[in-house]
Amino acid sequence: MTSEAAALAGKEHSGPGFWSSFADNERWLWPAMLAPAVLYIVLLVGFPFFLSIYYSFTDVTVGGRDLHFVGLQNFNRILESSTFWLALKNTIILTVISQVCILVMASILAQALSVNFRGKWLVRLLILLPWVAPIALGSIGWLWIFDSIYSVINWTGRAIGILGPNDWPIWLGQPNLAMASIIIVQIWRILPLATVIILAGLTSIPQDLHDAAAVDGAGPFRRYFQITAPLIRPITLVAVLFGIIFTFTDLIVVFVLTRGGPYDQTQVLATWAYFTGIQGGDLAGGAAISLFLFPVLVAVAIIFLRFARRTEVL
Amino acid sequence: MTPFSARAGKAAQATGHAAILVFFVTFLAFPFAWMVITTFKTTQDLHNVANNPYLFNDPPTLDHLRTLFADTAFVQWLANTAMVGAAVVIITLALAIPAGYALSRMTGALGQSLGVGIFLTYLVPPTILFIPFARIIAALGLQDSLWSLVLVYPSFTVPFSIWLLMGFFKAIPRDIEDAAMIDGLSRFGAFLRVVMPISLAGILTSIIFTFTLVTQEFVYGVIFITASSNYTVSVGVPTFLVRGDVYFSGSMMGACLIASVPIAIIYNFFVDRFVAGFTGGAVK
Repeated sequence: MTSEAAALAGKEHSGPGFWSSFADNERWLWPAMLAPAVLYIVLLVGFPFFLSIYYSFTDVTVGGRDLHFVGLQNFNRILESSTFWLALKNTIILTVISQVCILVMASILAQALSVNFRGKWLVRLLILLPWVAPIALGSIGWLWIFDSIYSVINWTGRAIGILGPNDWPIWLGQPNLAMASIIIVQIWRILPLATVIILAGLTSIPQDLHDAAAVDGAGPFRRYFQITAPLIRPITLVAVLFGIIFTFTDLIVVFVLTRGGPYDQTQVLATWAYFTGIQGGDLAGGAAISLFLFPVLVAVAIIFLRFARRTEVL
Repeated sequence: MTPFSARAGKAAQATGHAAILVFFVTFLAFPFAWMVITTFKTTQDLHNVANNPYLFNDPPTLDHLRTLFADTAFVQWLANTAMVGAAVVIITLALAIPAGYALSRMTGALGQSLGVGIFLTYLVPPTILFIPFARIIAALGLQDSLWSLVLVYPSFTVPFSIWLLMGFFKAIPRDIEDAAMIDGLSRFGAFLRVVMPISLAGILTSIIFTFTLVTQEFVYGVIFITASSNYTVSVGVPTFLVRGDVYFSGSMMGACLIASVPIAIIYNFFVDRFVAGFTGGAVK
């Protein structure tokens, strides 16, 4: 609690007066308690957000003092750049493939975790590690696993005979393999979150329902697709929406693994905005690129809102 | 079904279950196991491609950890992270506790739409905000200062904590406060003296998550901070220790382990509340 609030609390027995009527009047108390947080969010999320839109129509740079309104020039420039289209394509491919894999894998894993077994706490701890560990550091672990000379994947592949004596994939050096590596790391880091969210949905289904269906002669598959799957659909949607946001806007995995290379072949919108805006000093261009993330975020927000209205959970 | 085939079916099911768990645990935990192995291997062993990389061909060594602590600013990065984390926790609690409580008690459309609005700000990612922030921080003269992080990090910790705490406060029956108010406390006094003490678990949860989010943050850190002595651990390890030089792999893996595993263990105790925060109470 802040010292200010503590001081106010000390005064509360001073009898009827301005403060005590204030502290009791919910018409003023609630707005007063909300105001600091709302003000902060408006200043540090709302303001920069609109500034970003404004910047995308100017020629602002990192060091420059002046900025001029240039209309749609930045957008025209971006749409003409082949790297932009590649980054957009990569971002979409990355998001779609990783989310589909995550959805399937998390459903299976959550199902496996919904029953009791010995050592479950340890399994849960190990499974959660990728989500909890800082993404930048987890990605470094993968950087070492994908190393061009000392890749443990290649060594293992050769040892068990999947890779021939002359096969030595350079994971982060060949465009397709590099994209695959990035997708693997995104699946790796978001799968735990999706799993625990779906698991929470599974454990909320009353056992009676399963028992009744079993008595009626439904097999495990039928029970899953006709009872479990529909019941956990809303919460699965929550998991997928968060997964989309985290993957679509992520900068860290690509930044650490490939820096967009080789030759910008693995750039995504977020990294391309960074390299243009921060490293290239062209803030206006960077702002314009990052705004292309916005339609997806709006779409996700709208789904969340409709979902909230229907289920009254938000 | 005969008893025998029932038993066989059960055994098959158990094997399948175990196989699924083994597959996922291997995939998800392998990089960390690999970090452990790499941290304690000699450089010579790491760089001999003829060696089996899973085995300690030379006896385990503490050299990499010694390098990490003696020759890099790793300890400084940990201290920076802790300092920024503590400051952000204080700001976050000061803003989010009153707001979360007010939202949990407000009735009517305004409270609901404000709650949803705050949730939506959590969906605005650093990726959209870092460009304008680069200039705002420069205009404020906070480049290369840890204060820039203290200022900006609450922009994602506050919405999440409000959301989390709101759920907590909602679970506390209003009757308790009404009883306290009959005993002479004001509505605000009831919040301070009655609701706060029984919400300590919720407040602790939001402290843990705020701290974790600060530890994980990378984008703002890499943009605002340029001097290596001011890095947080998430930024320092990837930007400073990675030089395309394999010599550092042992120290790097050690750094990753030290910075992530303790938090992961603490976090594990709170994960159910974290999920509740994400799903907004869709699951009881």
